[in-house]
Amino acid sequence: MQPQPAIDALRAQIERIEGRSKRARSALPFGIAEVDARLPGGGLAFGALHEVAGGGNGAIDGAAAALFSAGVAARTRGKVLWCVTRPDLFAPAIAQAGLVADRVIYVEAGDDKTVLACMEEGLRHGGLGAVIGELARLAMTASRRLQLAAEGTGSIGIALRRWRRQAEAMDFGQPTAATTRWRISVIPSAPLPVPGVGRHRWLVELIRARAGESADFELEACDGTGRLALPSDLADGSLSATGRLRRAAG
Amino acid sequence: MLEGLIGRLAMSGVTAQAAVADSWGAAHALARHVARPAAVAPSDHGAAVLRDLPLEALRIAPQVTAALRTLGFDRIGELLAQPRAPLTLRFGPELGRRIDQAVGDAAELIESVRPADLIEVRRAFAEPIGAPETIARYISKLVAELCERLEAGGLGARRLDLICRRVDNDVQAVRVGMATPVRDVKRMTRLLCDKIETIAPGFGIEMMTLAATLAEPFGRRQMASLLIEETAADVSDLVDTLMNRVGERAIYRMAPVASDVPERSVCRVPAMAADSGTGWPGHWPRPSRLLAHPEPVETVALLPDHPPVSFTWRGVRRRVQRADGPERVFGEWWKRDAELVAVRDYFRVEDDAGERYWLYRAGDGEDATTGSHRWFVHGVFG
Repeated sequence: MQPQPAIDALRAQIERIEGRSKRARSALPFGIAEVDARLPGGGLAFGALHEVAGGGNGAIDGAAAALFSAGVAARTRGKVLWCVTRPDLFAPAIAQAGLVADRVIYVEAGDDKTVLACMEEGLRHGGLGAVIGELARLAMTASRRLQLAAEGTGSIGIALRRWRRQAEAMDFGQPTAATTRWRISVIPSAPLPVPGVGRHRWLVELIRARAGESADFELEACDGTGRLALPSDLADGSLSATGRLRRAAG
Repeated sequence: MLEGLIGRLAMSGVTAQAAVADSWGAAHALARHVARPAAVAPSDHGAAVLRDLPLEALRIAPQVTAALRTLGFDRIGELLAQPRAPLTLRFGPELGRRIDQAVGDAAELIESVRPADLIEVRRAFAEPIGAPETIARYISKLVAELCERLEAGGLGARRLDLICRRVDNDVQAVRVGMATPVRDVKRMTRLLCDKIETIAPGFGIEMMTLAATLAEPFGRRQMASLLIEETAADVSDLVDTLMNRVGERAIYRMAPVASDVPERSVCRVPAMAADSGTGWPGHWPRPSRLLAHPEPVETVALLPDHPPVSFTWRGVRRRVQRADGPERVFGEWWKRDAELVAVRDYFRVEDDAGERYWLYRAGDGEDATTGSHRWFVHGVFG
């Protein structure tokens, strides 16, 4: 796409009107060119609220969404506040996504209201790298408060949406003030030439991005440093084809 | 509550006996002569609970007890049946007073035990106060005074008790805890002011007392210069704020425990505990959600060491496409005898929709003594 000076000038004007500071505009890149190109600022914006939900059964257990959030938090600096309502998060898995145990402070809040209050407190503090909160309901007003709190300090806020029942997941369609909105669904893992489960894969859907377009990607799950990756059969051609070649050669 | 108190004392190595009664004297007697290890007297018990107790239960001098025994008295009940005047004539007013106190006829002031070096500031008001803003203003004044006292002693407060005495002689108390010793006026004021809404001022507060009930040494620290490196931000004030909002137990960090059994491999440590720098062994993938209780599933599986072909969990039948395992976890025989031969075989399975689960089979698949050979879901992978 050709850069258009008129559009850029308009964007700058809108940002001035919105009163967003310079600091809030820096972003945390995913390190995958295809994903970063779709996000305004070249990554997940600091000082903003992001929403992550699971698809399918993930709407209830939020397993992949939790790892995606952990991967993002692992790449920030400083401690991470994780507000939960149900204590079923397994810390070794979070550590395997790159977020070591020493960096995560868990808050066990009884209900969504307390989670929101704790998240806002954490975002306003400013010393945290990321604040993650597991929420079922996120109203426009509540999300706006979180977004403003994040804009003030530059911490990343992640609302990890998780519902009790599949029917309640319809709530994800409601508008919120979050800057980006993601849905993470599990898909079959990378095929291996031997029996076994390969690197986990996710269908990462960018459902909404402020000042950007939505998109979806098939990505490989977090490695030990919280980085996602493009599946090798997409990056370097089909894996089965190269496998066949190798087998033919060997 | 009594059992809780005794349990906590037992944990710190003190064997305790406790009793609850209407009067201090009666409770004193019951705790020493009846409680095994706890006793609760019915309300309005009067002299009934004391009749069968020996004379020593009355908190009187040993020579008086000895003299009473010479006269043939053995139990408190016998003493209560006697006319009071001759006893007073012989043993002085002390005996009668103790009897009245035990039975509950005479009032007895309870003076609370206070540590001598308790750092405490108080302020009495000529006019009772009640408005939240006024309370907040005086809290900040009290905190400033308290901080000066703490600084003089080189201490930092870990716990603050704010006691508001109302004009109708009622007491309202607020307690805040801190994860690390604190001597910061602003921070302590904020923590206390967060709790103002829990104070019911009633007709007004006439005296406020602020005490640092738990104080720890708090020395000066050298701050690292910006030249060296960027230091990690201090989040202890945030932890304090959240701790006083959700409770001390609800804010924690996870630390590894050297155990192969998944549910035992993590423990909670205080949020501001020192960084351990350790982690879990990372060579086996772990599920991001661990079910609190493993849920039994119906499976079709080949024994002894094949993963299931399909399994039914929560009413949904899933066909297994790929699987990894087994990862064998042995029981910790040093903890319980039942775990001497217990074995779990863990499998990571993926169904045709790509959902990944952590299943295990209780038992090694051959020997029935190692487990029931039933299958369970224990976690969900992301």
